[in-house]
Amino acid sequence: MNEQLYNVSANPHVRDKASTHSIMLDVIIALIPATIFGFWNFGIHAIINTIICIATCVICEYAWQRLMHKKITINDMSATLTGLLLALNLPPEVPFWLPIIGGAFAIIVVKQVFGGLGQNFMNPALGARCFLLISFAGLMTDFSYTGFGGSFDATTSATPLAALKAGESVNLLSMFIGNEAGTVGETSALLLLIGGIYLIVRKVISWRIPVIYIVTLGVFVLLFGGHGFDLTYLAQELCGGGLMLGAFFMATDYVTSPITPNGQIVFALLLGILTGIFRLFGGSAEGVSYAIIFCNLLVPLIERFTTPTAFGKGGKKE
Amino acid sequence: MKNSPGERLINGIIRENPTLVLMLGMCPTLAVTTSAINGAGMGLSTTVVLMFSNLIISLLRNFIPDRVRIPGYIVIVASLVTIVQFILEAYVPSLNDALGVYIPLIVVNCIILGRAESYASKNGPVNSFFDGVGMGLGFTLSLTILGAFRELLGAGTLFGITVLPESIYTPITIFILAPGAFFVLSCLVAIQNKVKNSSSKDDGQPQPTGGCGDCSTCGNSCCGSRSFFDMTVDDKKADNE
Repeated sequence: MNEQLYNVSANPHVRDKASTHSIMLDVIIALIPATIFGFWNFGIHAIINTIICIATCVICEYAWQRLMHKKITINDMSATLTGLLLALNLPPEVPFWLPIIGGAFAIIVVKQVFGGLGQNFMNPALGARCFLLISFAGLMTDFSYTGFGGSFDATTSATPLAALKAGESVNLLSMFIGNEAGTVGETSALLLLIGGIYLIVRKVISWRIPVIYIVTLGVFVLLFGGHGFDLTYLAQELCGGGLMLGAFFMATDYVTSPITPNGQIVFALLLGILTGIFRLFGGSAEGVSYAIIFCNLLVPLIERFTTPTAFGKGGKKE
Repeated sequence: MKNSPGERLINGIIRENPTLVLMLGMCPTLAVTTSAINGAGMGLSTTVVLMFSNLIISLLRNFIPDRVRIPGYIVIVASLVTIVQFILEAYVPSLNDALGVYIPLIVVNCIILGRAESYASKNGPVNSFFDGVGMGLGFTLSLTILGAFRELLGAGTLFGITVLPESIYTPITIFILAPGAFFVLSCLVAIQNKVKNSSSKDDGQPQPTGGCGDCSTCGNSCCGSRSFFDMTVDDKKADNE
C-alpha cells in the first residue's frame, strides 16, 4: 500500500515541458512572418525554392539515418528548420538544383557526418550557405528579380547594403519594412525583429547574443564607419543585410553557441567585431554568415575559458 | 614473401598507402591537388626523390652515426630535391610554376623521412629501393585520384580536357579551393577504410594502426600524424589532471 507514496526517480526532478520539437516549432513560428513576407515579395519562385529546400533537408536526414541504422529523428523538426533557414538565405531566383545541393550539404556534411543534432560544429544552414556562396558566387550574389507573382517590381540587382557600401543613397524606411532586394528572408528587419522578440519572450533564446551582437556592431560602425555620429547611416547598417536574421535565428542556435552566460557575451562581442570588420574593411558588403560560422568554430574554446565555478568548488586553492 | 621487392611494391601502393592509410604528407596532398596533372606531377617528383633517397640511405646506413642521422638524411634528400627541381624547371616549367614552393618542401616531406627512418636505415638497398618505388607510386596514385575528383567537380575537366561543359554542369568552385581538398580526401579515406575493413574480416589479422609509428623522434612538424599524436598526448595529460 505504502509503495505508492514513494516515487523513486533519478534527478533532475524539476523538469520543463520543452522538447527539441517544441523549441524548433517556436523558432519556425517566429520565422513565419518574415517568410510569408518574402513569398509575397518575391513570388512563386521563392515559394518553390523554400519547399525544395525543406523537402531536401528532411529527406536527406531520413535517408541518412535509415542507411546508417540510426534512430529516425525527422519528427523533431530540426531538419525542417534548417531547410527553412537555408531557403531564407538564398537569393529569390536561384535555379532549382541549388537548394537541393545546399540542403544535402547542410544535413549530410555539416550535421549528420559529425553525429547529427547536437554534435554539429557549425550551423548547418549557414555552413551550406557559405558552401554555396563560395562554389557558385555568381548565382548566390545575383539578387536581380524578374518577378512572377511578387509584389515589388524592381529589377535592381544591388542589395541596399551593397549600395550603401558603394556610397549610394538608400531608403531607410523601405529597408526597415523590407521592400528591397536581398535574400528571401533577410529583407524585412521589422518582421525579423518581431520574430526575435517572440523567441525572447517565450524564453527560447536569451537576449544576450542578439542584443550584444547588434550593439557591438553598432558601436563598431559608429567608430570605424567613416560617417561620424550619423544615426541614419547606423540604422541603415543595422537594418541591412542578414544581421537581424543572423543575430536572432542563426547565432542563437543552441548547438553552435556557448552555453555559459559569460561565453555568450564573449561570443556576441566577437560576432559584432568580426561582422564590422568584414562589412567595413572586407571586399564584400555582407559578412554576417562568415562571422557566425567563424565564431561557431571558436565556441569550444570560449566555453572552456568561461566555465562557471561549480557550487562548493570556489575559493582559493591551497 | 615478406620483405621482397614485390611485397614492398604492393605494401606501398595498397596495404600501407602513405596518403590514405598512413596519413603522411598531408601538406602537399591537400595543397597541390587542384588538378589531376598537378597531383600526378607532385607524386612522381616525390617518387623519384623517395626511391633514390631510400637507396642511398640504405647503402650508407652502416656509416651514418646514429646521433646525426636526421641531418644526414636531410642532406641526402635535399640534394635529390634540388636535382628534381632543376629538371622540372628545365623540362616542364608550367608544372614547376603550378607546384611552386611545394617542390622544395619535398625535403621535409614526412613520407621520405618516415621511410628513411623506419625502413631504409634498417634494410638492404634493393628492398629499400622498391619500398621507395611502392610508397612513391602509392602517393602518386592517391594524389592523382584526389586531383582528378577535385578537377572534375570543381572545373568540369579531367587532365585539362573538358569533360563536363559549362552548358550542362555548373562547376562547384569550392572543390578547387582548400575545403574541397578536405572533402574529397575524407571521402577517399572513408572508402579505403570501408573496403579494408570488409576485406579483412576473413583473415582476422589486426589492422595496422597507421602512422610511421615513431612520432616522438620524427622531426617533421608538418606531418599530419604528428599533430594528432601531440594532441592525443596532451588530451591524455589533461584527462589525468
